Amino acid sequence: MSRPLAPELFASLDPLSLAGSRCPACATVQFPPAPQCAHCAADGPAPIALPTSGRIWTWTVQRFAPKAPYVSPASGFVPYPVGYVDLGEVLVETLLQVGDRSPAIGDEVHLRRAPVGTGEHFTYAFGA
Amino acid sequence: MNDNDIYVVGAGIHAFGRHEGVSGADQAVVTTRAALTDAGLGWDKVDVAVGGSNTGKPDSLVARLGLTGVAFTAVRNGCATGGIALATAANALRAGQGEVAAVIGFDKHVRGAFATDPAAYGLDAWYGTTGLMVTTQYFAMRTKRYQHEHDLPDLTLAQVAVRASRNGAAHPHAWRRRELTTDEVLGAPMVSDPLTNLMFCQPDEGAVALILARGSRAFDLCPAPVRLAAVTVRTRGPGSFEVFSPWLSPQRAGSPSSAAGRDALRQAGITAADVQVAQVQDTDCGSELIHLAETGLCRDGEQVELLATGATDATGRLPVNTDGGCLANGEPIGASGLRQVHEVVRQLQGRAAGHAVPGAPRVGFTHVYGAPGVSACTVLMRSDR
Repeated sequence: MSRPLAPELFASLDPLSLAGSRCPACATVQFPPAPQCAHCAADGPAPIALPTSGRIWTWTVQRFAPKAPYVSPASGFVPYPVGYVDLGEVLVETLLQVGDRSPAIGDEVHLRRAPVGTGEHFTYAFGA
Repeated sequence: MNDNDIYVVGAGIHAFGRHEGVSGADQAVVTTRAALTDAGLGWDKVDVAVGGSNTGKPDSLVARLGLTGVAFTAVRNGCATGGIALATAANALRAGQGEVAAVIGFDKHVRGAFATDPAAYGLDAWYGTTGLMVTTQYFAMRTKRYQHEHDLPDLTLAQVAVRASRNGAAHPHAWRRRELTTDEVLGAPMVSDPLTNLMFCQPDEGAVALILARGSRAFDLCPAPVRLAAVTVRTRGPGSFEVFSPWLSPQRAGSPSSAAGRDALRQAGITAADVQVAQVQDTDCGSELIHLAETGLCRDGEQVELLATGATDATGRLPVNTDGGCLANGEPIGASGLRQVHEVVRQLQGRAAGHAVPGAPRVGFTHVYGAPGVSACTVLMRSDR
């Protein structure tokens, strides 16, 4: 059974949602949740669940295997698309799962799981 | 001239590239001696030293330059290291810590993209493990978004690499000396869309040293001192799109390059239109185009026309990266920001080693940008007593 690589990234595993936090002073939403606001340094941002759908804000394809600490799949490195997804109050950097299509700015995408390395763990991704 | 004005009175460079059997410190020592010779000084006359490196320990150079007891500060600020070393040295002189300073930058990187440790950037391990912590990936995503917002075709990106290769081919210190064509650049293997491998610079090796002097001492040492009319350092604002950011604010604002560039022009009392030769950080073709706009040297979208008409060539109205920039020189990151200043100083002194900007330019500008969102800019001016 696959487990989350970093449980702190998730507000819920079923149904899947990402954990964020909203600053009580300036309302900045950040991901993953943090004990201090990155904008105004106020303590005590409140944990929230982030929206599970958004639109691709920018993207690229990682076409060479990154150095460690990246872990390639057991079957070998495969180029993978990444991007930022606009969730309204925050843009989240993410793996993109778009099949054989090229990602496009403005495409609607939804939160899903993505295997890490040997598949023992999963992380988050957004896909069509 | 003001007693607190700071001038570049000597400069030295060790050619960038790959130098088997030569350490980063070896390159720094040779370069520092060359800069001292340029200023007609010995190491014993240096009051303050600042060294920048991300792979070596700069203050250890005293064992080879001379145990004079000089105040030596080491800085390490990613790709902005050189600019921040220069700012640190200039501020020490302005604070009265001496009349002469040496600024030394060097690095010797292993081949391939930089490896990065998430913890060093305040990030958790998952960020690197899942393949999101790659500098080239960030530059590509930033370029892709900028192209979308400002209608910049891939051809404009390629034209940056072509001009850099042409300038590098004419420069004796450059690493890459082969002129490229736009077809070659666009047809090269894609690294991270939209950037091909000929649109990126590579980590390499090299060193640069500058000798600074304060007030009238500069004119005793150098017939053509170049005044450091401004040197600024700024970090990111809350809405800027920076490398190694798991999240971004939807409101875009506060680029460190915009802030540092604006401050530099204001400090020097000039506008961007006064700049006659410029260096902007071109770790990749997209970054050069974005940095030209962020520093105020052009408007968003104007890059298409600037590149298409040759305006950024050495003979154009806004000569940019006349030594080939990072694209032709590679990036030993401690030395890179000082290479920019070295090139502009030589242009203003009429001693350019490669393509010389015609018309005896008097005002130059440099900009360097590093992770995780720090920029340093200078304004340099030719001085006549």
